[in-house]
Amino acid sequence: MAANKTYWKNAEQLNENSPLVDQLEQKEFAEYVPVNEFLEDKESLEDSSTSRRDFLKYVGFSTAAASLAACEGPVIKSVPYVVQPEQIRPGVANYYATAIADGFDYGSILIKTREGRPIKVENNPDAPTLGGANARVHASVLSMYDTQRLQGPKANGSDISWEDLHLQVGAKLNALAVTGKEVVLLTQTFASPTTTKIIAAFLAKYPNVKHVSFDTVASSDAVAAFEEAYGVRALADYDFSKAETIVSVGADILGDWQGGGYDSGYSKSRVPHKHHGKASMSKHFQFEANMTLSGAAADHRVPATPSAQKNILAHIYGALMGTAVSGTLSDAHQAKVTAAIAALKAAGDKGVVVSGIQDQGAQALVLAINNALGSQVMDADSPRLIRQENGTEVKAVIDSVVAGTLGGLITVGINPAFTLPEGKAFADGMRKLDLSVAFSMKEDETASAAQYIAALPHYLESWGDYEFKAGHFALAQPTIRPLFDTLQFQDAILKWTGSEQSYYDAIQDNWSANILGGNSWNSVLHDGYFSTNSSNKANYSSRDLSSTVNALATAKAEGMELTLYTKTGMGDGQQANNPWLQEFPDPITRVTWDNYLTVSASDANALGLKNVNVANGALNGSYAKVTVGETSLTVPVVIQPGQAKGSVGLALGYGERMGVQDEMQIGVNAFAFYYNAKDVQVASVSLADGYHEFACTQLHNTLMGRGDIVKETTLEVFNTKDKSYWNAVPMVSKNHIEQEVTSPEVDMWQNFDRSIGHHFNLSIDLNACTGCGACVIACHAENNVPVVGKTEVRRSRDMHWLRIDRYYSSEETFEGDLTTKENISGIGDSLTTFGRMEQASENPQVTFQPVMCQHCNHAPCETVCPVAASSHGRQGQNHMAYNRCVGTRYCANNCPYKVRRFNWFLYNKNDEFDYHMNNDLGRMVLNPDVVVRSRGVMEKCSMCIQKTQKTILDAKLDGREIVDGEFQTACSAACSNGAMTFGDINDKESKVAELKANDRMYHLLESVGTKPNVMYQTKVRNL
Amino acid sequence: MRKISLDAVAGVKNIVLALVITMSFTVNAQDADPMAGKKLFNANCAACHKLNKKAVGPALKGVSAKYDKEWLYSWIKNSSAMIKAGDAQAVAIWEEYNKTAMTAFPLLSDSDIDNILAYTDYTPPAQAVAAGTTAPVAAQDSFSNDIILGALALVFGILVMMLILVNRTLQKIAAAQGVELAPKEEKPARRPLWQAFAQNQFLVLISVVFLLLSSAYFAYGYLMQVGVDQGYMPVQPIHYSHKIHAGANQIECKYCHSSARVSKHSGIPSLNVCMNCHQNIAEYNGEEDLENGYTKDFYTKEIKKLYAAVGWDEENQQYTGKTEPVKWVRIHNLPDFVYFNHAQHVQVGQIECQTCHGPVEEMEVMYQYSPLTMGWCINCHRETNVKVENNEYYSKIHEALSKKYGVEKLTVAQMGGLECGKCHY
Repeated sequence: MAANKTYWKNAEQLNENSPLVDQLEQKEFAEYVPVNEFLEDKESLEDSSTSRRDFLKYVGFSTAAASLAACEGPVIKSVPYVVQPEQIRPGVANYYATAIADGFDYGSILIKTREGRPIKVENNPDAPTLGGANARVHASVLSMYDTQRLQGPKANGSDISWEDLHLQVGAKLNALAVTGKEVVLLTQTFASPTTTKIIAAFLAKYPNVKHVSFDTVASSDAVAAFEEAYGVRALADYDFSKAETIVSVGADILGDWQGGGYDSGYSKSRVPHKHHGKASMSKHFQFEANMTLSGAAADHRVPATPSAQKNILAHIYGALMGTAVSGTLSDAHQAKVTAAIAALKAAGDKGVVVSGIQDQGAQALVLAINNALGSQVMDADSPRLIRQENGTEVKAVIDSVVAGTLGGLITVGINPAFTLPEGKAFADGMRKLDLSVAFSMKEDETASAAQYIAALPHYLESWGDYEFKAGHFALAQPTIRPLFDTLQFQDAILKWTGSEQSYYDAIQDNWSANILGGNSWNSVLHDGYFSTNSSNKANYSSRDLSSTVNALATAKAEGMELTLYTKTGMGDGQQANNPWLQEFPDPITRVTWDNYLTVSASDANALGLKNVNVANGALNGSYAKVTVGETSLTVPVVIQPGQAKGSVGLALGYGERMGVQDEMQIGVNAFAFYYNAKDVQVASVSLADGYHEFACTQLHNTLMGRGDIVKETTLEVFNTKDKSYWNAVPMVSKNHIEQEVTSPEVDMWQNFDRSIGHHFNLSIDLNACTGCGACVIACHAENNVPVVGKTEVRRSRDMHWLRIDRYYSSEETFEGDLTTKENISGIGDSLTTFGRMEQASENPQVTFQPVMCQHCNHAPCETVCPVAASSHGRQGQNHMAYNRCVGTRYCANNCPYKVRRFNWFLYNKNDEFDYHMNNDLGRMVLNPDVVVRSRGVMEKCSMCIQKTQKTILDAKLDGREIVDGEFQTACSAACSNGAMTFGDINDKESKVAELKANDRMYHLLESVGTKPNVMYQTKVRNL
Repeated sequence: MRKISLDAVAGVKNIVLALVITMSFTVNAQDADPMAGKKLFNANCAACHKLNKKAVGPALKGVSAKYDKEWLYSWIKNSSAMIKAGDAQAVAIWEEYNKTAMTAFPLLSDSDIDNILAYTDYTPPAQAVAAGTTAPVAAQDSFSNDIILGALALVFGILVMMLILVNRTLQKIAAAQGVELAPKEEKPARRPLWQAFAQNQFLVLISVVFLLLSSAYFAYGYLMQVGVDQGYMPVQPIHYSHKIHAGANQIECKYCHSSARVSKHSGIPSLNVCMNCHQNIAEYNGEEDLENGYTKDFYTKEIKKLYAAVGWDEENQQYTGKTEPVKWVRIHNLPDFVYFNHAQHVQVGQIECQTCHGPVEEMEVMYQYSPLTMGWCINCHRETNVKVENNEYYSKIHEALSKKYGVEKLTVAQMGGLECGKCHY
């Protein structure tokens, strides 16, 4: 039975001799608290002239003295505005629509500001394009309050005024124009229509200047293939909500593939909807080397090395187009390819094939296949414009900088000296140029090599206009006055062109002339987005692909294949100094504060690479020496279930050393391997000395060994069997009669009548959750959750109120093993069964489960609190009164869900925790409606009571009833995938009430009888 | 548009002219009444003019001497027409005062204007005498009380002295007469009281218990007032008198503390709100409290502090742009772990500001009236009924809850207002 699958989290748990698993299951606080050690330290006690009694006297006296001295309250000053801006009312939040386009992440968002300070990023759910913010975008508000930002322009290392910079750069530009020496304007992809115009005007004035777009993590092969097929430098867009069959060959469609943002559409097609009594959902095949979010969500995940992916894509093409393809696939691959092709054929125009293979030929095949399928999922008419790099152009620029043949270089929003494998040579070359200007927010590797550093404002301080997708526009507006003496690149370039216009005026002019078409500027600025209804039809020009197919079909690689990828938290690494993102656990490995080499278990065995858990459960990993070409790096290793044999993975974006504070200078710079901007490299891997200490949230807060945590079934079972078969309510025995645990007969609690007023419930759909982690960061920002740092996370003291548990399971072929396990008797036998499951670690199924406080109606934490700091509200929320808490931690010990977090230290205004809460700038991001907790108190998810209270108050002030959808928590508002639905179940019409009655609904550890107000929807796989 | 407005101006001009002609005969016949003029002045002119000082417009004391009366009539009734017509005097004034045209008062009759002019010329008869006579009366009052008390004390002193003298005399007489005064009887040596007490264990126990209990009582009382700042009355950078503003002038609290309606904060008004009135009120002319030194001069000086902070140049009636935000001392401080929302109480609950802040309209210096302790909050939540009337949010929940509790009115507590998480998050 699918629901009885045993989930496991780590290979350690398969080791029958490991005492750790048992120990961690028993201990909430894995780290040893050294109280006894201190008291029993005889030597130092005898040395001391102070006896224990004396000490207590002193403590008593000084405490009394201190508290008496503290009786005088501090004098608190209040300084009102001299002239209060009309739209600012202290204590009331304002929201502004704006857009992010930092060269890696693009999207329309809303910004919440309090008293003029941006404090939170929200999705812009009305925006038709890229309206859902990912974890990095949610965290980007903190990057504005970054102490490492440049505070003004610089020339040769010393401060300079903007006027002088304009004069000096202008003079040098003119001099270079006279000599005719080439100057390159190397910029991030702006996707901005007005910027394009401004740059064109600049180029017209200086004909010796050339504009080249540079993407830190490029998709130039896909762009080139699209250009060849459709004549536009762009990327095909995909709407996976229309899909019935998705076949992905190496494309992390739920990650950052081609700019990301595909997950909300994907999730829509993944929730089984009943039509005429039969539920349907999309079917997803994923062929990949690294374990990705997409692989985790897929129905069929097939590990395949990058070269095997090429073969697979060629065979899919061959089978669909009816052409013969040379070479053969392995049996396992062939079986899945056959199944994928059958599913594609069944889906017809609802099928789609996508690929992340960085090869123009492969991308051309994908476009050809989707055209042949007539896929509705692919949108070539309105393609994405957010990746523009042309690989050959960039290569030429790099070569000329390194060779010193270039006259001048202006970089904007990029850090090539760090993100190019030849970065050092690039920086050296840059120093020799006649003119080098770096527009940058940080004094990074590129900026420090440049003569002039033009300090850029953060995007929340800037104007901007964007065209993410042809015909789909967005506007960005400043949400705060620039914190520092910064200038937008466009304003500077306008000045250098000799224009008197500001960028803001230029945008307005351009929009009213070319884009708005009579629509109101103010209303578009208010909405943040604008779409034109162009019925532009892209024409596919086909060509002969037979040689390409053959090249792909016979592709082979010698040695270990390394796939460089971007992590959900860090992306391309431009927010490396953001502590929220550093402490964000990777959804797959759940490692924080690091990048690492992911290796399959069998390769690790062969190479002697190990992962071990030390006494407190923390993870240690061997180091491996990875060599690509001439470059070697020593990288810690994480053994990754599902990693294709013969392949390894390494995340980009780490290892930044400049413009990053000491605590966050971590990881290794994988860009050193990013030759020719290709994410796949052939590497050799060998064991290196020593062990690396990871800060992994993987082996603590264990829910292992107990059932009804993640419920899962297949679409077939879901359609044919009764709910009691695949989602049975646990039974308990009373007087030897089996009864459902939900029955009041077996309940020792008295039920409180919650039918009056609001009763909040949160539903989490495991089918829609992709594990993207946007909710984790949103919760961080909303609730002032502290960052504790790597060492504390390693001690299992992370503070996230909301975690996303990731469980690996065995595949369906283990059905027999499970039956055996059910029939075994004795512990030895059961451990043998676990031992057999080890084989599944080659390619497990993966499930994500967001877990926060379950707000139990019968809460175990409330009964054990000696001071009643934890109490229950009638609206269903489990309240936590921090000021009452004395820190006994009984509640955390008694919580079956392990969601309570203890403040072991003071995490604000403490130099030991030198993150954003330790400086005035960083503290500006704190939410004034939520208290910052102090040392020694317990905290946990409050179900965003500040938000529900606000909604209620707004309704009271307006004198109206609350409509469904108004109640939101930070996590449910951040979830653009529709996995989290929050609302009032006493409102019978509400969506959450409907979900509560859904057949898929179950509660976490229902057998415990806690009656949680958080519910989950059983995961259904379309096998 | 432009043409029409010009026509309108011309029309008004004609009417004014007609009025002037018809009324010019009667005007001089009457004696102008400065008291009626004062009323009119306060109603129409005081917003921009002062008698002795330049404000938005010129000082008006003796203005009738400066200009021709007929000229003044037409100026007051429609100055902009005169400026447009190019009247030299009119243009001169217009240019002197930053080209701000004076509001036209076509509805003022010539006699009204006469009254106003009479008021501007009026010098009140010296009141110094009257003031001089009243003050000593008050002083005499307190003086006489002292005398009576002093006299009584003296009488008692003399009586005591007399008794002592009588006693002494009688003793002397007795000695002279040889009368033996009965010597004090020598009693057998008794244990001193304290020893007896100390040896009685029961008493000792009782008194120790009593002492401990009473000291615990006082210690508890002392500790419970730690951090309670009831009565906290700090000295503010500007002596702002709520008594004058909310009391004497009856300004609604939420005129200045407007965000109390919509926000968690009641808000300290920004200085531009002060200037809504104080642009014209540069001097204090109300009642004085001489005992505390709150003279008119004192208050006027405080208004000047406001001008300095907001950067208002009184001479030229314009903002200089040099501002100096006022650092008020915050009086009502709730700890960080409490969430309090003014809008909930003021707008939804319709609670008077005075319920928590006390008789603010009587406070010369603002102080913390309520203890602001949790017990104080909770008590109020227990006793206060929720204002459910005309608020649709409450209609369903009120019906259900009143059925449940069998009551017509619901207290905040019954609504869930005692739950920890409602205020602590």
